[in-house]
Amino acid sequence: MHIVADVQDLRAHYVTRAYGIQRTVKAVEGVSLQVRQGEIYGIVGESGCGKSTLLKVLMGEATPPLVVLGGSVRYSFGNQDYYPLSMTERELGRVRWQEVSYIPQGSMHLLNPVQRVRDTFRDFVSAHRPMRKAEIDDMVRGYVRHLGLPEQALSAFPHQLSGGMRQRVTIALATILSPKLVLADEPTTALDVVVQRGVLQLLKQIRESSGSTLVMATHDMGVQANLADRVAVLYAGKVVEEADTETVFRDPLHPYTQHLIRSLPKMGDKSQRISIPGNPPALDNPPPGCRFHPRCPVAREACKYEDPPLVEVAPGRRVACSLAVGRSAHGR
Amino acid sequence: MEGSADGSLLDICDVSKVFSIRQGLSVTHLAAVDKARLRLQSARPEVCAIAGESGSGKTTLASMILGLQQPTSGIIRFKGRDTTKLTGRERRQWFMREVQAVFQDPFATFSPLKRIDSYLYETALNYKVVDRAHVDRHIDEALSAVGLSLREVKGRYPNELSGGQVQRVSIARALITNPSLLVADEPVSMLDASLRMSIVNLFLELRNRKGVSVVYITHDLSTAYYVADSIAIMLRGWIVEVGPVEHVLGNPLHPYTQTLKQSVPEADPAKRWREEISLATMEWEEFRRRGCKFAGRCPSALGRCRREEPGSYTVAGRKVRCFLYEGDGRSEA
Repeated sequence: MHIVADVQDLRAHYVTRAYGIQRTVKAVEGVSLQVRQGEIYGIVGESGCGKSTLLKVLMGEATPPLVVLGGSVRYSFGNQDYYPLSMTERELGRVRWQEVSYIPQGSMHLLNPVQRVRDTFRDFVSAHRPMRKAEIDDMVRGYVRHLGLPEQALSAFPHQLSGGMRQRVTIALATILSPKLVLADEPTTALDVVVQRGVLQLLKQIRESSGSTLVMATHDMGVQANLADRVAVLYAGKVVEEADTETVFRDPLHPYTQHLIRSLPKMGDKSQRISIPGNPPALDNPPPGCRFHPRCPVAREACKYEDPPLVEVAPGRRVACSLAVGRSAHGR
Repeated sequence: MEGSADGSLLDICDVSKVFSIRQGLSVTHLAAVDKARLRLQSARPEVCAIAGESGSGKTTLASMILGLQQPTSGIIRFKGRDTTKLTGRERRQWFMREVQAVFQDPFATFSPLKRIDSYLYETALNYKVVDRAHVDRHIDEALSAVGLSLREVKGRYPNELSGGQVQRVSIARALITNPSLLVADEPVSMLDASLRMSIVNLFLELRNRKGVSVVYITHDLSTAYYVADSIAIMLRGWIVEVGPVEHVLGNPLHPYTQTLKQSVPEADPAKRWREEISLATMEWEEFRRRGCKFAGRCPSALGRCRREEPGSYTVAGRKVRCFLYEGDGRSEA
């Protein structure tokens, strides 16, 4: 299976200095993952778990105070390999949007408010492709029609469009140069359920028609269950569990994942749901050992000192919990 | 319990709110809430959810219940009294004690420059709920109802607490006046999944232990199903379906409620969406649509849906605003 993005032991911290006091927020701490060609790879976690930071680093957008301290990222598209962490800004400019594209959080606010949507598209395409205005207009119109969006949206100003339409226009903008890898950060947060469904439908449609790969970070377990092929669960800057979507939802191994899934309310079921006690840790001073141990219902003494590594317990299934690893070894 | 003759706690009767939008010389009228009807009983405290997409008029309705906006037409009665006709004094001394609000963004509720406990003291003292000698104990009781204590929040600024904690303080503040109705506008949408259920469970506890009724405004149907006793589904200012939550969400009748329910992503990979849906291209157009507001997207729209407004029909334990159920007592199929 072809690996499109290979991330090894990535560490990225926010380092700030005020009045001589250095503060380090360990937002991404030793993340390793591999994204396969053509799949939808879901990254799930609560706010402050490092999802957005991880995507920013993958996009080669790490600017101070965000510092990449270690690890590697490799993109491989066909016969071309890229290493975004060691590329110059100029080199990155050629890869960005054309090979790897990014749909940032709250992206519906990113369209230029004093320009018609069409002009934003023109600017964007002409910055990357040497094309004439009429050609660009044709290409944009064709693409928008291909995605099933109304053409009137192009001649509107952003404020004249609804939130859902703005979001779909932004997605069209981010994918018009047919990138091979699309990184989406909370693409549907702040949208209503029906609109959310329409936007997810669009993302799926783009992936199917262009054969691109989608990495989607969202806290919404329902969205992941609906769309993702594989899911990685992030907690306090670390991947704690990774497997294909069916497995994660049917038989979660990590206590955090178990809690996350069990606490979700379901339609047609009014039985009591209990939320995880405590709060996610502050990442400038994470707890020692396993970062989940202060909230974990099954934590043992050893969990307070030993940081469990992410171990492959079955083919394609990784978990970072000493208890879960032991249990699944017994099971087989 | 004091109450009105007909035993209602809150009675929203044909309430409309029309905004006029001027563009140059032309004036457009937009009905954010159109002849809404809703009733909460006082004998049995309940959690009533108001659900719908953004722009459906949920928040406008909430602010009219709270008396922050005056309805253009219609009457809102609280414990039998018309809330639009209260004097300033009655409003402060009676109504604002009885009806309290919890808002969406806990960090926008409190000023970052003020200590968070000062809001609790102000509420308790300004409404003369208790005297200075007993104020600490009263506040501590309100905080313990939400799983906090005065010791934890005293002297703290909002940024020193987590989002879940600040939202709890916001609910505790609302509880200080011993209200009988809490209006919560999207209280959990800014919170993380792992904290969300603790706030939602809190509403259930308040209903069961303290007899507080809650108007729970949300766009999240799964928590609405979990927490609410009854639910009203809103679309572009209309209440299209209202009734007990098990009926309305368990077996939705209005085509819009059906679309809404099917669009909730369930955390079960076996229940992925299969068929595609169509979205409203321009929101604006739905507000001004003649006839049924949903006709443009409705899979079972009839010709008359585009011309006439459907009335409200009582079917299978709920009220539905759709021509499909005009022949009363039609079977649920």
